Amino acid sequence: MEEKTQLEKLVVSSSPHFLRDENIPKIMHAVILALLPAMAASVYFFGFRALMLIIVSGVSCLITEYACQKIRKKPVTIRDGSAAITGILMALTLPPSFPYYGAVLGSIFAVGVGKQLFGGIGYNIFNPALLGRVFLQATYPVMITTWSEPLSKATKAGVDAVSAATPLALMKFEGKWTSHLDLFFGNTPGSIGETSALAILMGGLYLRYRGYINWKMPLGYLGSMAFLGGIFYLINPSKYPDPLFHILAGGAMLGAWFMVTDMVTSPVTPLGQWIFVICAGALAVIIRLFGGLPEGVMYSILLMNAFVPLLNKHTRPRFFGEGIKVE
Amino acid sequence: MGLKTFNHGIHPAYNKGLTQSKKIEKASLPSKVVIPLQQHIGAPCKPLVKKGDTVAEGQKIGETTTFVTAPVHSSISGKVKEIERLPYPCGGKVLSVIIEGDGTVKDWGSGDTDLELESITKEELRNIIREAGIVGMGGAAFPTHVKLSPPKEKKIDVFILNGCECEPYLTSDHRLMVEEPEKVLWGMKAMMKAIGVENGFIGIEENKPDAIDALERVTRGSNIKVVALKTKYPQGAEKMLVKAVIDRKVPVGKLPMDMGCVVNNVGTAFAVYEAVKYKKPLIERVITVSGNGVREPKNLLVRIGTSFEDVLNQCGGIAGEGEKEVLNGGPMMGIAQTTLEAPVIKGTSGITVLTGKEIKPYKYDPCIRCSSCVEVCPVNLMPYKLGDLGRLYRLDDFKAWGGLVCIECGCCSYTCPSKRPLLHWIRVGKVKIREREKV
Repeated sequence: MEEKTQLEKLVVSSSPHFLRDENIPKIMHAVILALLPAMAASVYFFGFRALMLIIVSGVSCLITEYACQKIRKKPVTIRDGSAAITGILMALTLPPSFPYYGAVLGSIFAVGVGKQLFGGIGYNIFNPALLGRVFLQATYPVMITTWSEPLSKATKAGVDAVSAATPLALMKFEGKWTSHLDLFFGNTPGSIGETSALAILMGGLYLRYRGYINWKMPLGYLGSMAFLGGIFYLINPSKYPDPLFHILAGGAMLGAWFMVTDMVTSPVTPLGQWIFVICAGALAVIIRLFGGLPEGVMYSILLMNAFVPLLNKHTRPRFFGEGIKVE
Repeated sequence: MGLKTFNHGIHPAYNKGLTQSKKIEKASLPSKVVIPLQQHIGAPCKPLVKKGDTVAEGQKIGETTTFVTAPVHSSISGKVKEIERLPYPCGGKVLSVIIEGDGTVKDWGSGDTDLELESITKEELRNIIREAGIVGMGGAAFPTHVKLSPPKEKKIDVFILNGCECEPYLTSDHRLMVEEPEKVLWGMKAMMKAIGVENGFIGIEENKPDAIDALERVTRGSNIKVVALKTKYPQGAEKMLVKAVIDRKVPVGKLPMDMGCVVNNVGTAFAVYEAVKYKKPLIERVITVSGNGVREPKNLLVRIGTSFEDVLNQCGGIAGEGEKEVLNGGPMMGIAQTTLEAPVIKGTSGITVLTGKEIKPYKYDPCIRCSSCVEVCPVNLMPYKLGDLGRLYRLDDFKAWGGLVCIECGCCSYTCPSKRPLLHWIRVGKVKIREREKV
């Protein structure tokens, strides 16, 4: 009898029998933590409205995820943090004066179409946050390109009243440069969470420290931008911005540390990852310098997202010992 | 100093502190043993005894004429009680001989201890090793005499002794190297002589500095070099070891032999020593009994055929409440037991008991393409993809993506944040391919 009770308690599974202490919520929560400096910077530079945009987007994403999973009769996984990240990231790419209802719509599109329609976490092809942003760009082309000065530069008139041009727009349409120092700290007009390179870098380095991102993704992307940007700078320094400007301005930093590095929508093979980041970086510069828009980070990443399945398929690493001849 | 190693791999919690400084203890004489007639890769043995026969300790009780096989011996003296199919620690049931002991013990140490290697020929050595039933004691249990008989056209120039013991919890090889370095070395030299190799290496992970010291002391001034290797799983996998020590890559479907080298395990070397010096067949071995579910983790010298239950009772029994997982081997490559009646066999390097949090969850999440599995795979596969192909029986694709290259180390499943049973699915694919190709 005693032996029987013991037998009932034996677990039988195939090896390996113990696993790393790691799971999806842990990774996602680390990403949210890493986004805190960028969120703090957005509130510091653009005030209460930035905070509200983040909250509205985050909550809308969570509700959308919950609703989709209920409709699909799937287990509800809103606690894993992935939908919250989508909301936060999308909000960080919005202008400070963007209407809340727009943020809600963008969130619904990002999670509903960008993620759940594909099958939920792990199955989406495009970065959901960027997809939400691109939806808003198409839906509200004026509002999403209406920028305002950061609080420090705005006069008594308040944020909403002062319209301003982003450093990239200044460069592209007026040939004016913004100082590197302002770009680094984030004291410029722009999307609420994209202006401060410093804050994003802090979060990115934290993610690297936790081992959730590979150096080659952000550095490859920024390096590729700097390299191509540098070539044009050398060709005509008065017309084209310098490499440092490229990687500090616009969404380059946020894209490099938080969007290119998105696990689901980036390649898994070492070679595939290199191709992905280098091509995306080059595309961003080309769009910035020669496209109709001043900023190209969003489209560069989304375009390369589409190539990920192809890259995974054709960049398989060589098997151990593959190609070695034995007499 | 850059330590030698291979690419990729993982750093699991090794948990070796539980037993690594505990001296090898002799287990008590079992009153009953169950000796499976197949404990190795190759042809199963036919019983040489029948019910009611009296057998002596070390008497051969199973044999067959095939080349790739190893005879089995009685590990105690006593009477054959029954021959029947019984639970086997590597899964399923195997024809086994049950022997009830008479309580007597044979003294093997009284043999010819002054025996020198020079006085024995290659053929004699191989024959002694075969007759002693020695198999690879790292776990795979491939008959050692077969490894020591490479075909003539294969030029073997290097012999590597595997002292990595990269499997978490296990310390049996470690203790053997620390406590009996001379004997391990002697066994290694005997194997080198059996093949006729001059160059020998002993690969040891750097987390066993006392073992490295002990073997460096006894090999000083000889043609055998101790190589300290980076502590990383699966450093002890044959192909990874060959890559780390002599920088040769053994291609898919080939053996180290094809690249001019032979690899054997520390435990095997010790068994060879005993077989050649004392004419003692492989009837007992050192195992590590460990895990958070064992009250008193130990390194034990156990007779083959002793039941897991008997061994665990000598280590204070199983601790804690709730679910337990009892493994033949360590947590990375061990095999889960359905019953504690299973006997210790030649390939049992340890018994690990996991409980509570150490046991893996049943549920898994979708793959998030985090690429961890690709980054850790020591043979450069894309496990997340192979797992799906195997699970879905897409066998042609499975093969094209290298499913058969997999060495089943389990790094992919270990590292997966979604807890996907990748290796399990890859095994499914491999089994399905084998089934298809048989038909």
